Amino acid sequence: MVNIGCVIKTPGNTKNNKTGSWRTFKPILDKESCIDCDNCILFCPDSCINKQHDIDYDYCKGCGICAYECPSDSIEMIQEESD
Amino acid sequence: MVKEVMTSNKAVAEAVRLAKPQVIPVYPITPQTTISEYLAQYVADEKIDAKYVKVESEHSAISAAVGASGAGVRVFTATSSQGLMLMHEILYAAAGMRTPFVLADANRAISAPLNIWNDQQDSIAQKDAGWLQIYVEDAQEALDTTLMAYKVSENPDILLPSMVCLDGFILTHTVEPVEIPDQESVDAFLPPYVPEHAYLDPKDPMSIGNFADPEYYMEARHDMDVAMNNALDVIQKTCDEFAEIFGRQYGLVEGYKTEDAEIIYVAMGSLCSSIRVIVDELRAKGEKVGLLKIRSYRPFPVDAINEVVKNCSKLAVVDKNFAIGMGGALFGDMKLKIDKEIYGFITGLGGRDITPEALNEIYEITKNGPENDVTWIGLKEE
Repeated sequence: MVNIGCVIKTPGNTKNNKTGSWRTFKPILDKESCIDCDNCILFCPDSCINKQHDIDYDYCKGCGICAYECPSDSIEMIQEESD
Repeated sequence: MVKEVMTSNKAVAEAVRLAKPQVIPVYPITPQTTISEYLAQYVADEKIDAKYVKVESEHSAISAAVGASGAGVRVFTATSSQGLMLMHEILYAAAGMRTPFVLADANRAISAPLNIWNDQQDSIAQKDAGWLQIYVEDAQEALDTTLMAYKVSENPDILLPSMVCLDGFILTHTVEPVEIPDQESVDAFLPPYVPEHAYLDPKDPMSIGNFADPEYYMEARHDMDVAMNNALDVIQKTCDEFAEIFGRQYGLVEGYKTEDAEIIYVAMGSLCSSIRVIVDELRAKGEKVGLLKIRSYRPFPVDAINEVVKNCSKLAVVDKNFAIGMGGALFGDMKLKIDKEIYGFITGLGGRDITPEALNEIYEITKNGPENDVTWIGLKEE
């Protein structure tokens, strides 16, 4: 699973590290009330929101900055449920 | 074969010359300094085709060693005492990154109080770093062990760095006749290092020294445990191969007059020479006593130890180090892994002489049954 000494021979394999598993609160975006200002896209530190305002939950760590910056309160942070 | 009279530091330097490292980052510190001086001279005289890296501290010396080893070349460095303390952080990194280079440690006490004399506290303090640790008894063993250390560390089943531990001053600054192997035989025994897991190559790019999150970290550490256990077999096989070529046989441990011994001293390094003399004297008086010399402290050779001590009734472990409040490190490991009646003795800290009287006292106390499991020997009482 791990190379000897944790050597990495495949460039870009950080994407295999699904940091979304760190999340405690999950952002849910309501496209109905969204005013398309794109603040969430600009402020997301992990570039997890695309132009269609879909959230990439593989890498979203649930920091909540998108919800804080949303002027139309279209993003709600809900607690993750345990598996 | 050439035989010369030299210090153990010179013997280590000779071994390094024969091993042909390509990078030597080293920072001087008593009593290791002459190793770095001999190597600087050899590089200047073109006896070694290596880059001698002058650094500003031991932390930098070992960092450069890890970098060079990661680039895929054979590397040597050396230090002592406070220098090894300053290397502490990178010792763990070197083992974790599986960079198989060799470090010679001239064993010296640790401050405070400041003390430049011999005990083994410095390398003992690094026993859990993931390095192989071999303690040598004399100059010839220092040379031979340095050569063997490369072969063991570079084995693909090991890939952990090795620390060759030699007693400061007692070995580093006293002279003995040493047989220097010829280059051809050493080349046959120790071919050039061929890196497999980590090296700089634009055709096969890789990243070393990476981040491992909780998904990966435990497996990486467990791999090191597997490698350390593999080293038991590889060290023995390397010793056997060395004996075939050079005629000197070493092992993980050595038993001296242990077959019918009732009490066995257990020790590491140059102290074993003193104990051999005491064993002979006690034997002449009819005492059934022997010596177990631990060469390989990491990996800890439980089976090899059990084979030597199987017939004895008591073990007297003589430590030149001390875990405050606990006893010696070798004593602790023996108590943990060996099922025998074991007593610990603290001796020789900070260069206090370990006299024949002290060694006889250890025998008498062990024979009569000590009051405590750990006894200090040679302690002055007001």
